[in-house]
Amino acid sequence: MWQDIVLRFRALFFRRRMDQELQEELDFHIEMQARRNRQHDVDPAEAKRQARLQFGSVVSATEECREQRGLFAMEMLLKDVRFGLRMLRKSPSFTAVAVVTLALGIGANAVVFGVLNALVLRPLSVPQAESLYSLHRNDNSAAVSYPDYLDLRDRNRSFDGLAAFNISQAGMDAGENPARVWLYEVSGNYFDALGIRPYVGRVFHDSDEHGPNSAPYIVLGYAYWHTRFQDDRGVVGRTVQVNKHPFTVVGVAPPEFHGTMLFFSPDYFVPMVNQEQIDGSNLLNDRGKRWIFMTIGHLKAGVTPAQAAADLNSIGSYLERTYPKDHGQMTFKLGRPGLYGDFLGRPVRAFVAGLMLLAGLILLAACANLGSLFAARAADRSREVALRLAVGASRIHILRQLFTEAVLISLIGGAVGLWGSIVLLRSLSEWQPFPRFPINVPVTPDANVYWVALLLTLASGFLFGAVPVRQALRIDPYQIVKSGSIGRIGRRITVRDALLVVQIAICAVLVTSSLVAVRGLVRSLHSNFGFEPRNTILMETGLDMAGYRGDAVRAMQKRMIDAMETIPGVTSVGLVDRTPLGNGSYYASNIFTDETIDLRPGNAVAESATYSISPDYFQAAGTALFAGRAFSWHDDENSPRVAVVNREFAGRIFGSPSNAMGRYFKRRDGTRIQVVGIVEDGKYQSLTEDPLPAMFLPILQSPSSETSLVLRSNRDPQQLAAAMQSTMRGLDSGLPLLIETWNQKLDLPLFPSRVATVSLGILGVMGAMLSITGIFGMAAYSVSKRKRELGIRMALGAQRKEVLQAALGRALKLLALGSAAGLFLGILASRVLAFIVYEATPRDPLVLAGVVLAMLLLGLLATWIPAQRALSIDPLTLLREE
Amino acid sequence: MAVINAGHKLDSLIVVDIRQQESLTCCRMSTPIGTDQSRLDLLQGTLDLLILRALRAGAMHGWAISERIQLISQDVLQVNQGSLYPALHRLERRGWIKAEWGVSELGRRARFYSLTASGRKQLEIEAENWGKLSEAIARVLRMA
Repeated sequence: MWQDIVLRFRALFFRRRMDQELQEELDFHIEMQARRNRQHDVDPAEAKRQARLQFGSVVSATEECREQRGLFAMEMLLKDVRFGLRMLRKSPSFTAVAVVTLALGIGANAVVFGVLNALVLRPLSVPQAESLYSLHRNDNSAAVSYPDYLDLRDRNRSFDGLAAFNISQAGMDAGENPARVWLYEVSGNYFDALGIRPYVGRVFHDSDEHGPNSAPYIVLGYAYWHTRFQDDRGVVGRTVQVNKHPFTVVGVAPPEFHGTMLFFSPDYFVPMVNQEQIDGSNLLNDRGKRWIFMTIGHLKAGVTPAQAAADLNSIGSYLERTYPKDHGQMTFKLGRPGLYGDFLGRPVRAFVAGLMLLAGLILLAACANLGSLFAARAADRSREVALRLAVGASRIHILRQLFTEAVLISLIGGAVGLWGSIVLLRSLSEWQPFPRFPINVPVTPDANVYWVALLLTLASGFLFGAVPVRQALRIDPYQIVKSGSIGRIGRRITVRDALLVVQIAICAVLVTSSLVAVRGLVRSLHSNFGFEPRNTILMETGLDMAGYRGDAVRAMQKRMIDAMETIPGVTSVGLVDRTPLGNGSYYASNIFTDETIDLRPGNAVAESATYSISPDYFQAAGTALFAGRAFSWHDDENSPRVAVVNREFAGRIFGSPSNAMGRYFKRRDGTRIQVVGIVEDGKYQSLTEDPLPAMFLPILQSPSSETSLVLRSNRDPQQLAAAMQSTMRGLDSGLPLLIETWNQKLDLPLFPSRVATVSLGILGVMGAMLSITGIFGMAAYSVSKRKRELGIRMALGAQRKEVLQAALGRALKLLALGSAAGLFLGILASRVLAFIVYEATPRDPLVLAGVVLAMLLLGLLATWIPAQRALSIDPLTLLREE
Repeated sequence: MAVINAGHKLDSLIVVDIRQQESLTCCRMSTPIGTDQSRLDLLQGTLDLLILRALRAGAMHGWAISERIQLISQDVLQVNQGSLYPALHRLERRGWIKAEWGVSELGRRARFYSLTASGRKQLEIEAENWGKLSEAIARVLRMA
């Protein structure tokens, strides 16, 4: 065995020497035989000749010896590869088309798989991410209150430390421009529970917490440290102002740690016990206020998620019993952090899975395309193949060669596609779709992507390489040498026809889905928001970030509104604490009928979106008031509590909007509020939500330091923004502001629709390009092969239309068949598409018409050149040549 | 007179095809040119066995091996020279014989083969198998 390896090694690297030695050995043998022959009195030359005859074929003996070396297969493979490369070089246009087609297919799949890998398969970049889970209640919300978190942390037996974090914003002043930052408020054991070691300095621990506001420390995120402090290690130990409170920087997190949410990178981390300084009010003691974003932890070794959920449920029922006022049903389930468990996780997974399916279809179409190209090429080379069979090549050898060529092409195409996809994925990773949010999609490619690309490449190579196999196997050399080539122009349905139909069907599906996505996007853009975003500018700020407290807040808000009203061109100015459809979150509170005595969450009629507004808000936002009145500045803290509600709210509490006017309802703290007005319904949390109840309270009765001003004006937004900036600077230069138009603000909720449309659009375009190539290829091929027939037809008097029909009829029939099949499939796939695009339904007549039109256009485009070629055939020259 | 047909890569009897006949028949009857040649297809391993046995006597080059087999079998077995060398290379790769360049009686150098330890063992095994096989066949011929 050892000898075997040594010999193989020698055979690989010293081939020439071994060949020489072999030759020498065989020569020696012949020499000896000649000597023997000379003993029979034959002259030397004759003896030599006889010796050679007696030996037999030296060549085949040499061949067989070489075979015995054991590297035969590899040598043949190398030869095949070289031959394949030569053949590909000889037909550059075919190679180029094939490589581009395959690059598109593999590239699309690599990109989609890269996204799938990063978002779904690859967990967060924390140590031991497989055992990290997040806690969710049954409505998928992960929010808990601080006292509940403490109980969960201390009473559970399933987790190796339970940590909590919240996302918040603050005003940061490090000596230069004050700016708003995004930060995590984290429990003391956050870094320890996750196993995160600091890059510079230290992180904080449980031991740093000594009660509320006792740990004014900051751990900077690596990216923020890089951009804001330019990697200055001296920043550790420095004191900065956060919301005008002094905090000390104690360390920097490692570069690959971006917190525990997949899309979101916070600028820095502060301890949760100092939450009051960040958020403006103390929420640590209220068991009913669920403000903490998420609780996460590593499962203890040997504990299954089901066991942990049971453990948590027992804690939940304890909390229900002990604090009935603050808890409704408390049952838990575990989810994966990163994509917020199922809430974001499920739609993202469905979306990416849908995309993967479509990308796979593209690859299939590309393979079909290449398969028919290959079959055509094989048919063209039938003479060469016949000759080779006749001189002794085995069919297996021919097939091996075909496959080698196919795999070569797919490797080249795959490499090109992979390179393109890497470029795309890298630039996608660095893309920040919303400048105001630190959101990005971390999809840098890793080893998985490369492996998958390689796998797909090889699979495609074998797939389309297999198409001409049947044909190659059935070649009868004698027939072909006699008659010339395989010229079968019958009416039978060949494999190539079937492939073309498959291709066109796939393209039709892709085009259908793109059009559906576009329609869905258009529809969602025109849906009723409950406000009119056009001609509106928003100015967002948080007064607590500049140190305003208590009454100063209200006073400042009034001053701001008055100041804004003085700007020329402004029609109306309104104020709201958080704009609807804003950050994706909204303040919801339980509402009870007036008759309810026991105000526990289980008895609530609904959870209503709650907004605090100034009197002119409805005017500024363009929200229609159906009945009653809006607020005035007389609805202050000394007047009876009033509210304006939307129709959905009125319907839920009072049965119908008409019953609602003047009636009362209760909030969780027992206050009775009277309904004085009814407004239209709208969207508050996301574009795809069911109708939600909403109530609007006067800002003076329900104060909030979060402030968004809504200015309605017809002026140019740039000028108006500048005017707003200078006015505000006159009022308070230390206030961090964010000014944008409402349409810009809607970018966030519209983002999923836009992404879906773009991706499906790109896939649709790719599918269209592949179809055009396919139809073009078939049409051109058929025209070129049937030149003689067409020439005869023309000579016999066929009109242009008849010639075109003969030349292109088949291709166009296949196009029609494929389109119909694809359209049908697209309609069937409406469920899949509904995952991707909101309100997607392929049954829309506009979509159907669009698809038909698109396929017609494709067909026209693709057959244009072959049609010209067919019509330009001159029968005289053609027939003369034959 | 028997013709040993070294089957091309197959361990079973094969039907010889027109193209392949020259190189595959490794032994021919040593008759004057012109007479009929009867061919007998035998197992491939037989040539290996003969080579190994011939080498037990000592190291020799390919020509000497073929001569020796012919001599000892009293001219009954004539090794087809075209199959000898592939067989030698195959045995070398399996590790049963080893090869060295040495000086031949002609003065020019030749490749000398000799048995290895595992080759000796293999020879014993194959000789035993051959003995069993021939005995079994003889028994069938006597009884059946």
